[in-house]
Formats: sequence, C-alpha cells, structure tokens
Amino acid sequence: MAQILNLPEAIAELVHDGDSVALEGFTHLIPFAAGHELIRQRRAELELIRMTPDILYDQMVGVGAARKLVFSYGGNPGVGSLHRFRDAVEHGWPRAIELEEHSHAGMANRYAAGAADLPFGVLRGYRGNDLQKHTRVAFIKCPFTGEELAAVPALRPDVAVIHAQEADRAGNVQLWGIPGVQKEAVLAAKRSLVTVERIVDQLAPRAGAIVIPGWVIDAVVLAPGGSQPSYSLDVTERDNDFYKEWDVISRERDTFTAWIDQHVRAVAVAR
Amino acid sequence: MSATATATAEETQTVVAARRLEQARSVFIGVGRPSTAAILARMVHNPDLVLVYESGTIGAKPFHIPLSIGDGELAQTADFVVSVPEMFNYWIGTGRVDVAFLGAAQVDRFANLNSTVIGDYDNPKTRLPGAGGAPEIAVGCGEVVVIAPHNKRTLVERLDFVTTVGHGDGPGARERLGFRGKGPSALITDLGVLEPDLRTCELTLTATMAGVSVEDVAEQTGWELRVANEVAVIEPPSEDELEALRELLAR
Repeated sequence: MAQILNLPEAIAELVHDGDSVALEGFTHLIPFAAGHELIRQRRAELELIRMTPDILYDQMVGVGAARKLVFSYGGNPGVGSLHRFRDAVEHGWPRAIELEEHSHAGMANRYAAGAADLPFGVLRGYRGNDLQKHTRVAFIKCPFTGEELAAVPALRPDVAVIHAQEADRAGNVQLWGIPGVQKEAVLAAKRSLVTVERIVDQLAPRAGAIVIPGWVIDAVVLAPGGSQPSYSLDVTERDNDFYKEWDVISRERDTFTAWIDQHVRAVAVAR
Repeated sequence: MSATATATAEETQTVVAARRLEQARSVFIGVGRPSTAAILARMVHNPDLVLVYESGTIGAKPFHIPLSIGDGELAQTADFVVSVPEMFNYWIGTGRVDVAFLGAAQVDRFANLNSTVIGDYDNPKTRLPGAGGAPEIAVGCGEVVVIAPHNKRTLVERLDFVTTVGHGDGPGARERLGFRGKGPSALITDLGVLEPDLRTCELTLTATMAGVSVEDVAEQTGWELRVANEVAVIEPPSEDELEALRELLAR
C-alpha cells in the first residue's frame, strides 16, 4: 500500500543515481514539482524516459542530471525548440547525452508491453524510415497471418513519477482529463511515486476518470500546483505564457542556470 | 477595399488547407497552422468535422486556437478522451481517421518528411524535436496533407533523415511496405499546391496562388519541379473565409 510521504523523503527513498526514471504526463499533469526535487537533491546519471520531454526534461538535461534520454518528441509544444536539449545533443553541454528515440506509437506500445509484463510491443510502423537504423526495433512475422510487424522492447523503468488531481489516505489515486500514458508508466515501473493536488478522505468516483489503486503505488505526495506550468484539469490552468517565456530563459546557458538557481535550487520544500 | 484583396500568402495557405476538409469526417492535427485550418474548416465548411489531437482528445471543439495539443479546452470540449496507447492502436493505426495534417522541416519530391535532424544524425547541425506521432499517422490515416513553407531549405532534393515515409521511392513503395492509408495527397505551401502524380507519385504543381508564376514556384523548389499540364489558380479567400480566419486568430 502506498505510503503518504513528503516530497524530499519520497524522492530520497525511491529515486537513486543511475536509475531509469519516467516522469510522464502528455502535456497535462506533468510532474514538475517532483522533477525539481530531483534537481535539488542532485540526482545524477539518470536514464530519463518520457514520450514528450518538454520543459521539465529540458531543465533536467540542462543541469546535467541525465546520461541518456529515451523519447519520441523533444520540443516545446507550440513554441519551438528545447534549447537545453539541443545544446546537450549539438554541443555536449553540460555533458554529452545518449539518445534512444522512437515514434509516439512505438513508445506507447513499449509502455503498454511493460505494464502487461510482456517482453515487447507490436505495431505497424518503422518500416522504410531512418528511425529503425538508430533505435531498438525488430521486424517479426505474425505466426497466424504472416504479416510483417514491428516489435519494440518493453519499457520497465526503475521508477515512474506522475502527477494526479487527487488521492485518498490509502494512496488510491484518481486522475482525469488527458490521461496520456501515466497508468501504463506506473504499472510498467518497478517503483512509483504519485504527486497529487489534494488528499481526500474518500475518492468520489468520476465518469471517465482513471483510478490507480494504492497497492500498485509506492508513495503518494501532496504537492498542490505540482504540475505547473503544465496543469491539472479542473484544478490549475496551463501557463502558456511560461512555455513562451521558457524559449527566452533557456536560450542562453547563463540565463538558464540563473533561473534554475533562483526558481528550483533556492526553493525550500516543506518536509 | 475588399477583404480578398488583402489576404496574405499565409492566410491563403490556411484557407486552402481548410477547404481540403470540406468532405472529411475526421482530421488528425498538430498545433500551429494545421490546427488553425481545421478549426476554420469547422467554422465555415464542415461543422461536423471531428478534430483528433494526438494528446487523446477526439471530437475537440476548441473556441481558441490551442498553444499545445494538450490544452485544457481540448479535453473539456472533446466527445471523448483516450490514452496515448489507445489513440495510436485503436484510432490512428486502424485507419479510422480520414485526413492527417502534418508539417516537417524537410519534404522531398515523394512527400517523405524529415522532422528529426538537419545534418548527420550522430553529429547534427540542428537537432529537431523528432518523430512524435508522424510516422504511424502517415502509415494509418486515410490520407496525409503536408503543410509547409515553400522554399529550398524545406523542399529539398534529399532529406537528411527520413522520419516519415510518404510515397517512399515512388510507385508501389507504400504497398511493398504494407501501409494502409493512401499516403500524402497534397503538399500545401504558401505559393501553391503540389499533388502526387498518379503514375509516378512525384509531387507535381497543380495550383498556384494568384500572382505567383510557375517560375516563381520552381525557383523556390529544391528539385526539378514537375508541373501539371494545367495549373489552376487558387481562388483567393472569400470574405467569409477571411473574416472567419481573422476572427479566430483574434480570439
């Protein structure tokens, strides 16, 4: 059953240097507060996994926390480039980073295979493009029809970190709105941490919501506003202006570092 | 002065893309001009058009142009919302979406697309965001409409990286690869429209914007441009189209 912890103790307990870590959230419910705590605790040599490494992974790559990035789309959605990601790939600053990239369909099927504890996912894709030469994909023949299909290896992160609207005191989690691939990430991972906007005595079931039971989660942390500048539907709003500002802040190494020092490292989190 | 006289090339490009959706049941879109064009299509041509964003929102009815594919308004106005695995496995891969709008940093004559890297993959000049959903969207969706600016940097002889297969190396390529959808049916630029030749699959100039000559288009194309026997002149945006577009952009 999930323990209710504070953010520093949950990160200290669940995420270790060198781990493969998936902080998921498909434009919605991105676990910024947890990612910032990873930066404050100076986690290093991480293999960062995420379909859409947007601003949060730009920050983590920019401080040099990652040795490897596993992803399918590394952009600032609607704005443009991720400048820290580009600086790491193009110039090795602050360190060189290994890339393992897929398409969204490939990553989604890798997570789903991990959640099902199967060795690989299968899809129609990758054929004829150059991605297949640079990533982990194999082509297999369907034993029933003979059709050739792409196989992608299951993702089994050491840790999954997600954000949700609410949890109850037993650590059962409920999230709604764009569900992304968070349920799959939690079920695929060896350990999991969920930050939430609020903790309630009893979850009120909502039509269309996703419930993840506390008995497949290691820790739940109360982190109101913990997905900002992303958002938690019905609780907070996406700060689109910040996504545009990030384009300016992150363009130069020194403005980026000053921002991280002031807005991440200097922030005291309640224990 | 009438509104039609003042439409910019970009406005006309968006209007042309929106017209492409008059008959479609559903369209898959990313952010930027494709999203603007699809919302415009719902406003002026096809109020029942189902907008599908890869964040999982199906049947979204945004009032504002979203900044990201995951803006709250998309989820709040959608007919339903699905997870990413469901989006790609049940809706995209199966061909249940009629048209997909895709952009790219580079397009070649067979409408193959690069959104991964400029230069060498291991030592890139410019690292681009990467594939996202595009490769399988182009495999599965009924047809693909590519929207891109018309210049030699974008329309290139040879892609630095093939992220998304359009018509591959030409006739029969998609069938050999086992792809379901028809593949790219048009490239809409700010100069005109290129469509694959039925026999060769090569993008061929079929229409230009008013005031743009075939020579102008050839000059901005990075390969030796094929031109259809008859090149149409695109009807400029009507007052209704242009008013709706400007009102949408101002929201």
